[in-house]
Amino acid sequence: MTVSRRVSLWSGVRYKGKQGMLNWALHRITGLGILLFVGIHVVVSFFGQQFGNDLAFAINGIYESWQFQIFVYFCVLFHAFNGSRVALMDIFPGLIRYQKELIWLQWLIFIPAYGLPVFVMVRNALAGL
Amino acid sequence: MTTPKTIRSAGAFEYGMWLFTRISGLGLLIFGAISMGVGFAMGGRLYLDMPAMFRWTFFPNPNHVINSNIPSIDPGWSNAFWQIYSMLMIFMATVHGVNGLRMVLEDYIESPLLIAFLRGLTLLMLIGGIIVAIYVVLAS
Repeated sequence: MTVSRRVSLWSGVRYKGKQGMLNWALHRITGLGILLFVGIHVVVSFFGQQFGNDLAFAINGIYESWQFQIFVYFCVLFHAFNGSRVALMDIFPGLIRYQKELIWLQWLIFIPAYGLPVFVMVRNALAGL
Repeated sequence: MTTPKTIRSAGAFEYGMWLFTRISGLGLLIFGAISMGVGFAMGGRLYLDMPAMFRWTFFPNPNHVINSNIPSIDPGWSNAFWQIYSMLMIFMATVHGVNGLRMVLEDYIESPLLIAFLRGLTLLMLIGGIIVAIYVVLAS
């Protein structure tokens, strides 16, 4: 007996999972995003390194731009923070009762850890450094 | 009275991957912390701009810092230690990532035949990804 997971997108979005659901969805989206980025980056680096392919250099150039780094940094940092919280709750199951508080704490650490480097990156980019 | 539900174990494979995901995730965090710390100890504060430091933290490959102000990558930034270190990171990251893709796919697919096919496909992705990534590390 398996539970049918065939739920329409709309009823999925309307499910009121609050913070836990938001973090779950973001964890999946950022994880798949990192897999896509790293996969393309590895293959493209191979073609750039071995054959000097122009398209490969162009794609890696996009990856090195500050606009893209803001995006990648969000994905990696959020996935790392949320994954640590999940692993922490698995090691200490008593913490599951305080999931909401832990999620608030996670965002409290995430916002400066993400915001400060992004501020520096944007300031340097706009100043032409 | 309702009959109590029995929850069937997902099996040794699923448990092993569940455990591996936790261990490799925490392991990648520790590896990132070490490469960032060693990068700073080797003078990263002077030579690298912030994006280069991030690239080095995520993956300590000499190509990630070659465009910064480092005088030479030869002594510390490019050696066998970082190559072995990178290969360990590649192993943990690819298995973690491809297993995550498999979990997401199996959440939305019910046909056992399609699941078996996609498992084979993700296994091919995993092996191909590891080979290409190790080749890039050894050649750079």
